[in-house]
Amino acid sequence: MYGNDFAAEDAPGGGLLGQVEAAEAALREAAARGRRGAPEPGEDLEAYFADVIDADQKIEPRDWMPEAYRRTLIRQIAQHAHSEIIGMQPEGNWISRAPSLKRKAILLAKVQDEAGHGLYLYAAAETLGISRDELVELLISGRQKYSSIFNYPTLTWADVGAIGWLVDGAAIVNQVPLCRCSYGPYARAMIRVCKEESFHQRQGYEILHTLSHGTPAQKAMAQDAIDRWWYPSLAMFGPPDGDSTHSAQSMAWKIKRFSNDELRQRFVDMCVQQAEILGLTLPDADLRWNDERQAYDYTQPDYDELMRVIKGDGPCNRQRMEHRRRAHDEGAWVREAAAAYAAKQAERQKEKIAA
Amino acid sequence: MNGPFDFTLAIGDDALIAAQRLAEWTSHAPEMEEDIALANIALDQLGAARLLLTYAGELEGAGRDEDALAYLRDDREFRNCLLVELPNGDFAVTMVKLLLLAAYQVPLYTALAGCADERLAAIGAKARKESAYHLDHASLWVKRLGDGTEESHRRTQAALEQLWPYHHELFTADPAAPVDPATLRADFDATVSAVLDEAGLTRPEGGWAPAGGREGVHTEELSYLLAEMQVLHRAHPGARW
Repeated sequence: MYGNDFAAEDAPGGGLLGQVEAAEAALREAAARGRRGAPEPGEDLEAYFADVIDADQKIEPRDWMPEAYRRTLIRQIAQHAHSEIIGMQPEGNWISRAPSLKRKAILLAKVQDEAGHGLYLYAAAETLGISRDELVELLISGRQKYSSIFNYPTLTWADVGAIGWLVDGAAIVNQVPLCRCSYGPYARAMIRVCKEESFHQRQGYEILHTLSHGTPAQKAMAQDAIDRWWYPSLAMFGPPDGDSTHSAQSMAWKIKRFSNDELRQRFVDMCVQQAEILGLTLPDADLRWNDERQAYDYTQPDYDELMRVIKGDGPCNRQRMEHRRRAHDEGAWVREAAAAYAAKQAERQKEKIAA
Repeated sequence: MNGPFDFTLAIGDDALIAAQRLAEWTSHAPEMEEDIALANIALDQLGAARLLLTYAGELEGAGRDEDALAYLRDDREFRNCLLVELPNGDFAVTMVKLLLLAAYQVPLYTALAGCADERLAAIGAKARKESAYHLDHASLWVKRLGDGTEESHRRTQAALEQLWPYHHELFTADPAAPVDPATLRADFDATVSAVLDEAGLTRPEGGWAPAGGREGVHTEELSYLLAEMQVLHRAHPGARW
């Protein structure tokens, strides 16, 4: 899961999944077309790089790339990876209390998927010449951010459903275009991640559907969760286009393909119909169809709140970071033991060969 | 314990409570790969628990499904061994506990796979492959920790001292059960001895052999575990999830 905040369909996930598959086909097609050959000795590397981007081909780890492109990608992929790892906490909060064994199994598998996404993305970032240890250090020291959505608490079981439907939904809307990102390893990672995320989104939707068709207390629990998660989910797309700092260059490099506001609109349009099927109300009295724009008008999230949360003053920032640091610190002796054991084994192997 | 219902319930409860404890590690593990591994093992245990509890409910014939058995019994009605309900402790405690559990579950499920009851045989055939992985994972870690640093050795030996007395309960004889646990002892001893020897760990002495789980007499820990596990389900009687 990941937002844009620091830097499609019938059934949820359905149309978006189609877009993921289209991106995957395009990726294969571009690979089959083959890139123009390696740059000639003495050729202008920047021009070569621009050619590859213009031709919608992928930049690969060994290619020359502008330093700023590399830094932008490291920052974006790392923040995405951090978000997956921190994102395990709010949902992990309900594993022990999941209300049925089936739900417990699904949630456990989902949180496990997030750990897998985190690892996969750290590996993608490592192709750009930075180590996972360095990235983890940047997270733990607070020098790199994660999606601020995870600084909100999961207060009831319905929050697990709301995170799946809204937060994963917003993440997918954000990430589907990244499947066409110009950097090959990131694009390929996104294809895999999006497929799993769309599955997660459907599970969240199903939790809410069951609750909203259950007892009055269950339905109220679902509505309360939507009321609390709707605006923070809209804020996941980041500040309005006018205030977004990194956007123009990222668009030119084909790292980013749509603006924050375009993606936010896409998300709103997708959710309205789904909310109706759920029988739940999106907490926006001004939400209505605009025939001229062929899109829904909606109330913007509170961007001052978003900035406060990004800066560290959300309800759970301190708790999430403390949790991550504690796990890291308490695991230090285990990692040291594993390293010491591996060194001893290597030594023994050497002695065996010598003897 | 006697008969297929009690037996199935007991080993189902072992798996369920083990899953609940292992899942507590999620997002707390010492490295990211281990977060995935522990969640994976918790999922395996939970999967086995669901199959076993579902079947136990059918054997009982009183209309209880997996959730009724998991969420609507009190601690005195649970039949899991004490070992699985003990708190996670540090990573050494968790890995030693998993080693003891898996070294028991592998021969248990293997024997079940060949038993006359077709349902239990099918569950055993599926679960033994998973348990073999759990055993492999725990063995590797116990070796790494036992033969790693001074600190990891000290912690792992302490974990072994703490948990060793609880393994006796696993092998209480029950000749009427589909698999008599007493017959699994030799296999367990051979597996665990080999790992401890390689890890440089010393098997604790002493005759204390706490038991009672199979009769529903547990440690003080289980009631807290169940209170957390069951709270939401019980707050909404009759609701579907």
